[in-house]
Amino acid sequence: MAEVTLAKPSLSPTAEAWRRLQRNPVAVVCGTFIVGLVLVALLANLLKPQGYDTPDFLHRLAAGSAAHPLGTDQEGRDVLSRIVYGARISLGVATVIVSIEIAIGLTLGLIAGYYGGAIDSALMRVTDVMFSFPDILLAILLVAVVQPGPGKALAPQVSLITLFVALGLVYWPGLARLARGQAMALRNREYIEAARAMGVRDRAILLRHLLPNTLSPIIVQVTQDIAQVMLAEATLSFLGLGVQPPFPSWGRMIQDALPFKEAHPILLLAPTVALAATVMAFNFFGDALRDALDPRLRE
Amino acid sequence: MGQFLLKRIGLAVPTLLVVVFLVFMAVHLAPSDPVENKLGEKATAEQRTAMRHHYGLDQPLPLQFVRYVGGLLHGDFGESYKLEQPVSTLIAVKFPVTAQLAIAALLFSIAVGLPAGAVAAYFHNSWFDRAVMALVVAMVSIPSIVLGPLLILGVAVKLGWLPTSGWESPKYMVLPMIALGSRSAAIVARFMRSSLLDTLRQDYIRTAIAKGLSRPMAVWRHGIKNALLPVLTVLGTNFGALLTGSFVVETLFHVPGIGDISIESIQWRDYPVVQGMALLVAIVYVFVNLGVDVLYGAIDPRVRARG
Repeated sequence: MAEVTLAKPSLSPTAEAWRRLQRNPVAVVCGTFIVGLVLVALLANLLKPQGYDTPDFLHRLAAGSAAHPLGTDQEGRDVLSRIVYGARISLGVATVIVSIEIAIGLTLGLIAGYYGGAIDSALMRVTDVMFSFPDILLAILLVAVVQPGPGKALAPQVSLITLFVALGLVYWPGLARLARGQAMALRNREYIEAARAMGVRDRAILLRHLLPNTLSPIIVQVTQDIAQVMLAEATLSFLGLGVQPPFPSWGRMIQDALPFKEAHPILLLAPTVALAATVMAFNFFGDALRDALDPRLRE
Repeated sequence: MGQFLLKRIGLAVPTLLVVVFLVFMAVHLAPSDPVENKLGEKATAEQRTAMRHHYGLDQPLPLQFVRYVGGLLHGDFGESYKLEQPVSTLIAVKFPVTAQLAIAALLFSIAVGLPAGAVAAYFHNSWFDRAVMALVVAMVSIPSIVLGPLLILGVAVKLGWLPTSGWESPKYMVLPMIALGSRSAAIVARFMRSSLLDTLRQDYIRTAIAKGLSRPMAVWRHGIKNALLPVLTVLGTNFGALLTGSFVVETLFHVPGIGDISIESIQWRDYPVVQGMALLVAIVYVFVNLGVDVLYGAIDPRVRARG
């Protein structure tokens, strides 16, 4: 037995995690789905060259056919095209917002956790206030106050930027708290102390020693936040406060389909299923990632 | 107990003040001018001045804030621009509907989640346990914006068992309640299961069984009660999620509650109503969490001693 153990090549922690991930069927299915979805979002122009906003006035509310596999909506637009471009909006919005979340939350969290003291107290007070609001309500309020006069809607591009700012503001405190906790737990470890004793500057300690060691829980959190942010975008768009037409958003499509739920259920079903599958894929993949990165965290 | 209560309330007051301040500032910094919106471009200068004066918009902002907070203490949430009614009147009409829906969803999540979690823990690692856990994992990631349309299409449109939308009789409440409460039910089940599993490993359960109590009786008398404590906290945080979740569910099912009127008011740029409703939800949220804390202290003396 001893020889077998010795003969086994030792894998790096990353390779070990990757191997565990590949062995988990849930991770493989969800990971494949996510990769596929990203490809669809990137290649939307090639897959659906007619675009998301081209009306076919002769075929409004049409049933599925070769030309329109999922039929058309009340304005004669191809439903499948709108789902495909909706994936681009949904993933794109989530990517930007999660990047904002990482930029603010991770930076502030690591600094607060590492230095402690006044910076830390200030961060905690700010996050306390943010947490005393129910999450989506804060986003609704932020988006609501920037709306132009009644009957007018924000320009589609402006609606995207508003969404980025509002959701970015709502989601960073969670990650900041996580990063803070991680930095606090690690700041007195021997290797950090050793680096400090050797005269390594704080900036280098934060970036080269602290950051890499806090990454696993943060990657897991970010994967699950992608799902949360997609849902938040869908919810705001559903309420008419998110992505503005002509951009397609799954949430908006659910809202637009409600009057036709009896006669044309496919209009409601298509965006609902797309949203459900995507959110579940990210959630389950996040769970699998946690198990793979740190098997000890498993229940 | 009195001191504990005071301390908790003392913590909630500054939080509420900050919340009021943020909501007030957000709404008053909105670029859309309410006077312009209401009177239109043809209004005379006198009309504008009169409206500004009527709503106190001609006062300096700090004074407006002090007046608003003063009004809040008397239950005065300001006056709607569009409906020309006190916001408190609107709250009195709309809030009971949302409260009914949220409480129904909460009761639903307790009625489904508690027994499911408890039985799963009792028969740990059985097929029932696995089935409950699989369902829990699925339901936690299915939000009401997804479950709602599926319920509408499946139960209301296809099967025709329940109405698709509206708010007339108790049967109109069933689908919104499930759409709103199922995620919370899954969370409750998961918490109850892990909490009871923890409790069952405690020495006092072993002692009770050693003294001759049957296992079901030991679990019922000593296990469930102790396992309920952590579940209580999760119910509190869930209630906040239920209140905001009702924004989506009310829109989906045309339920005339505060979510419904908030969205309408946002479309009309009727800021006093938006401000009032946002505050109402935040205040209820803070108070529910306070209530849970206090209840937790009342049930578990250990928390009181520590807190």
